[in-house]
Amino acid sequence: MRLAGLGARERAAALVLGALLAILAIAAPGFFSPDNLRDILMANAAVLIIALGMTLVVLTGEVDVSVGATFAVCAVVAGTLARDGLGMPAAIAAAIVVGAAIGFLNGALVGAMGLPSIVVTLAMLAILRDGLRWITEGAWVRDLPSAFQWFGFDQVAGRSIVIGAAVILTALAGWLLSRVAAGRAIYATGSNRDSAHLAGLAPKVVIVSVFVACGVLTAIAAVLNAVRFAEVQGAVIGGLELKVIAAVIVGGVAIRGGRGSIAGTVLGVALLGTIGTGLTFLGISAYWERALQGAIILAAIASDRLTAERARGQA
Amino acid sequence: MLIVHHLAKHFAGVRALRDASLEVRAGEIHALVGENGAGKSTLVRIVTGALTPDSGEVTFDGKAVNVYSPTVARSMGIAAIHQHPTLFPDLSVAENLALGLESTGAWTRVDWRARRDRARELLARVGARIDVDREAASLSLPEQQLVEIARALGARARLLILDEPTASLTPQEVDRLFALLGELRAAGTALIYISHRLEELPRLADRVTVLRDGQTVGTREMADVTKAELIRLMVGREVEAIFPKREIAIGDPLITLDGVTSRSAGIHDVSFTVRRGEIVGLAGLVGAGRTELARVLFGLERLDRGSITLNGQPIHPTSPQEAIGYGIAYLPEDRRRHGVILDLGVDANLTLATLKAISKGGLLDHQAETSIATGLVQKLGIKTAALETPVRNLSGGNQQKVALGRWLVRPPRVLILDEPTQGVDVGAKSEIHRLIGELAGQGMAVLMISSELVEILGMSDRIVVMRQGGVAATLDRATATAESVMAAAFGTASAA
Repeated sequence: MRLAGLGARERAAALVLGALLAILAIAAPGFFSPDNLRDILMANAAVLIIALGMTLVVLTGEVDVSVGATFAVCAVVAGTLARDGLGMPAAIAAAIVVGAAIGFLNGALVGAMGLPSIVVTLAMLAILRDGLRWITEGAWVRDLPSAFQWFGFDQVAGRSIVIGAAVILTALAGWLLSRVAAGRAIYATGSNRDSAHLAGLAPKVVIVSVFVACGVLTAIAAVLNAVRFAEVQGAVIGGLELKVIAAVIVGGVAIRGGRGSIAGTVLGVALLGTIGTGLTFLGISAYWERALQGAIILAAIASDRLTAERARGQA
Repeated sequence: MLIVHHLAKHFAGVRALRDASLEVRAGEIHALVGENGAGKSTLVRIVTGALTPDSGEVTFDGKAVNVYSPTVARSMGIAAIHQHPTLFPDLSVAENLALGLESTGAWTRVDWRARRDRARELLARVGARIDVDREAASLSLPEQQLVEIARALGARARLLILDEPTASLTPQEVDRLFALLGELRAAGTALIYISHRLEELPRLADRVTVLRDGQTVGTREMADVTKAELIRLMVGREVEAIFPKREIAIGDPLITLDGVTSRSAGIHDVSFTVRRGEIVGLAGLVGAGRTELARVLFGLERLDRGSITLNGQPIHPTSPQEAIGYGIAYLPEDRRRHGVILDLGVDANLTLATLKAISKGGLLDHQAETSIATGLVQKLGIKTAALETPVRNLSGGNQQKVALGRWLVRPPRVLILDEPTQGVDVGAKSEIHRLIGELAGQGMAVLMISSELVEILGMSDRIVVMRQGGVAATLDRATATAESVMAAAFGTASAA
């Protein structure tokens, strides 16, 4: 099995990333300052962790557009409970439970009831976003205890925890997909649900599970992101789901499921993270970032389709 | 009116038609018959412009057809009505009748009153009393057929092709349909009528053309031909000696079906036994319920009544997982859709049904996987560049061997094969046949569904013929002939 290795699509993403870095090295060497690289890493650790969950979901042929809203809700849950003195372990656990519950609800509606995931998770996004706005009235969660920011450690140790967690979760996800029977079931379900069912697998269970995993990973990302600051924002920042989905697709995960790897997703996150900051360094307005993300999604799926058609033409 | 001349058509190396000819006159009902896979639907799809033939020609109304497209065929006045109606379920009857008939531009205002009036008039001509504002989805099957015929009339069809239109009609509905077809004939319409129900042809058809293996074997006046003769024409070939049937000691009964009935699958009162080492062929026409029966045994359809006994124990599988647990394996029809997972490698496909066997505590043991896959690739003679090559890149025969190999990691007790050699080249075919023989030799009970008579007769120890969801006949290897199987499948003989 070479599912975790670098396929053609992953190599293409790596090539684009390399070209972009080369341009930056010539046009804006300041990009490679240690401080800037560290900032990019910190800003994208959360994106990477959510993208791991999104990879699992997209591999089954589904998609979860509610991750941005789940992310905000989990951060507010963790922040609020920490502020109210429940202690950090309980606050973190509660955020993870909420993330898992949202994922389970999405997964049950999609997997067990067979509803289309784009509609289910879009509705979930609306409910979470406006529910959150109604409850917090947009107010930030303030007066957090000292144990909240950087988990009570100093900034250097705190950063190491965030980066370390991202690395460990990435390794775990890669290991799951290439080394664990459940990972094989994810690929099989995404590639051909009927065949997987006839081979004795349980596609419905697989789909519910990947949505739960995606919710849990989003909650973990939310906590790791929130502890970087002294306050937690009480509203959904739009566009996170777009960045995550773009990263996963650019990394070569087929939107129809069945094909892709964690290595590709890591490359995709790196590419989008570089573009985001790189634009500023190249003197292009950061307002173009979102538009570029959208364009990248279209370019990636169009090239997938063209490659697939060429392959079919040869067969 | 329609002349079809020496048509040939290949699909990915499989010859669907090789020399099909047909001549239909205006004001004639022309029956087209042949066993499954004889090429009837390919011929129809060429005439209606859905397919372009490799060679041969179609002449309609004295003009040779050189562009094969549904639009051209429709504009020439050719319409087809399929077994499963193709109305738009969410649109009203009037809208369905207007589609493709109203020759207005995309932005012309719709004249609803005219549209409804026209729909009423067309429906009146086919003698249907249907509210034109009803959604097509709410119509019964015969009503939908009438709407389709009305649509064909509206398109001024001069050649109307009907594919198994009576398959799900009651006798009264059939009478009404036949009366209508008679009127169309009297009005000068040419009709091609495809049916498996040979007994209804004398009432209806003027002439009949028989297709066999993609070839026209003859056209007869309906009045001059008997059912037995038609069946002989359809079958008309010797069972070649390409099946080296292995002599296998047949053991005790392994799986026994008693009155198996499933409403969702349309199966009723199916009873038979398969013994250890025995290959039972399941014959019948498409739609006779063979695949549906396999789905019941594999836990995919509900068992409403009757019992399945495996090795003396009653079983009641409700999911593929359970069925696999009992030792039942199912090689589905249409391997690309159901049999293999095209994106996964040969190794991953081979071990998919037995992930537990190659993992410890959920962890995959890649060494075990490689050794199992290597063994199967050698044993089955699967030709692949590498173990991890995606199955997508393999030939049809090798894909089928992978689909079969999946069930041999842990040999099952009952092996159900659904069209195991469909779309497979000759070489791979005989290898698969040899394998099936070997598996039976190991004491498996094999239930083989096949639409290929030669395969059924050559491989089976016993043959169960299904018809309309039930068992029509059970025949012994020694006495079964192509004619007796077909007669039972067509329901024209008393059960043997």
